[in-house]
Amino acid sequence: MNEIQKKSVKKEPFLPLMFRYLGRKLKRLGKEMANHKVSYLFIAPFCILFIVFYLVPVISSICLSFTYFNVLETPRFVGWQNYINLFFADEVFLTAVKNTFLFAVITGPVGYFLALFIAWMINDLKPKVRAVMTLIFYAPTISGQAYVIWKFIFSSDSYGLANGWLMKLGFLYEPILWFEDGTYIAPILIIVVLWMSMGTGFLSFIAGLQNVDRALYEAGYVDGVTNRFQELWYITLPSMKPQLLFGAVMTITSSFGIHDQLAALAGFPSVDYAAHTVVSHLIDYGTIRFEMGYASAIATLLFAVMILCNKAVQFLLRKVGN
Amino acid sequence: MALWKKKHKKRVKPNHSKGGDIASIVILLIMGTFTALPLILSFSNALKPTEELFVFPPRFFVRDPSLDNFHDVFVLMGQSWVTFSRYIFNTVFITVFGTAGHLVIASLCAYALAKHKFPGRNLVFGVIVTALMFSGHVTAIPNYLIMTKLGWLDNYLALIVPALAKPLGLFLMKQFMEQIPDTLLEAARIDGSREFAVFWKIAMPQVKPAWLTLIIFCFQDLWNMQGANYIYSEELKTLPYALSQISAGGIARAGATAAVTVIMMIVPIVIFIISQSNIIETMASSGIKE
Repeated sequence: MNEIQKKSVKKEPFLPLMFRYLGRKLKRLGKEMANHKVSYLFIAPFCILFIVFYLVPVISSICLSFTYFNVLETPRFVGWQNYINLFFADEVFLTAVKNTFLFAVITGPVGYFLALFIAWMINDLKPKVRAVMTLIFYAPTISGQAYVIWKFIFSSDSYGLANGWLMKLGFLYEPILWFEDGTYIAPILIIVVLWMSMGTGFLSFIAGLQNVDRALYEAGYVDGVTNRFQELWYITLPSMKPQLLFGAVMTITSSFGIHDQLAALAGFPSVDYAAHTVVSHLIDYGTIRFEMGYASAIATLLFAVMILCNKAVQFLLRKVGN
Repeated sequence: MALWKKKHKKRVKPNHSKGGDIASIVILLIMGTFTALPLILSFSNALKPTEELFVFPPRFFVRDPSLDNFHDVFVLMGQSWVTFSRYIFNTVFITVFGTAGHLVIASLCAYALAKHKFPGRNLVFGVIVTALMFSGHVTAIPNYLIMTKLGWLDNYLALIVPALAKPLGLFLMKQFMEQIPDTLLEAARIDGSREFAVFWKIAMPQVKPAWLTLIIFCFQDLWNMQGANYIYSEELKTLPYALSQISAGGIARAGATAAVTVIMMIVPIVIFIISQSNIIETMASSGIKE
């Protein structure tokens, strides 16, 4: 009897067995999900909105990028044509890519380390002073369009601060057209972007630094840590890795998304496309020319680059302090 | 040698030399000045009478401060087709409802993600963290199409509803809620409270600093929202949009533009000053754990 039973189990074909196993698993999952009905109710409002306004747009952007779509007619499938045009037929796009990388590669890492460096120095101050300094560095980020003041500083006439003072001191005889001259646009804009780079990540660093366990510093001192830089590398940074990661994500996202400040200061489109970024190109095709398929291809590329960069930086940050 | 060591042990931060402290304060002062000057210049410009804005050589500080520019803004606004108070109402309406809704919806989801062990929660959280990694530009076009389909163009809903599901707010709230001790929630559940009551009466009061942080971040976004892509009717337009129309007047409106900039920046700065310590407390838990 026993033997017969064994045989029947052994002889059973693989597929039904797998189905039965999966079925049992699904049943258990379903039961567990039913037990947590309340949890799903809790997350439902957010998740539905998130799906409609974040997930669906990303997916449809990828799908639309393979079509020709001008809003009026239904999208027509064109395969890789949009991407081919972007890289081989659209010189402005290549300029935009070059500019975006120029801005992102300079302002991203510099802004990130500047934020970390300033947060680290602020951390040693007394709480009241620390609060004031935090406000000063964070203020440009939250002040709405306060960056338009740079338009006054680098105004093209002699009433602008930079021109006026340089002329008064005798360095210049006639005003420089700062935002109309391709050579000056990028450097000035980089300064402006760096001025605004103390964002959410900066606050996260300040908080992370304040919460490093004081006992670790004492222990480090006993173990022969002799100066503040060793302390930073061996004790502080490893204990605030999660904040470093968060700051990196925020920085990458914002540095690839640069457009608003540039357009407000250098004009849109700017002279020689010197301040034209990928986002500018996207806005140009998406909201002015209404070539939605083409714009979606740009958005998809931007999306891919942002995610890839984030993954790469996360990988690098794992090595901090090791 | 022993004496030297002893002296140093008394310092609060044992590994920091005096010279280094001074150097870092000097660097901070220089950088702080560089950061603050453009903002101070904004204020100074807003107080300059028109003739002072166009002098050679240009002055940094105002010599003869006046409130003419602010007066001009209100006069210009009074001339517009829709009354100025309507723009203020629109922006305040969008900001208040958007921020309050975001706080409730994000907190509900954050609470479940942080404190309930339901299947799929890691997947949900993972997807939301990924959403932190790309900016709104990526989704702008499909969002416009979705608004068209929903018939929300020229409607406040187009501005408010997407802001309700901002991933940053959910992320910060979830990280902060993980610190609530489970025993506290268990005790309430044993007392017979329903889960929503546990969330609303026990968990939410514990995370007040995070509320303020969510409110600030959401407020900043909505306060500065022009929404020109979605809103066409003049009487529904927002304050930043109306003000940007003034700035578009160019050089003749230089004084009014400066005043507009100051009006727009002063509100978020004041709110940040009030809530700074709470924000820093929330950000302490902001890290992305691997």
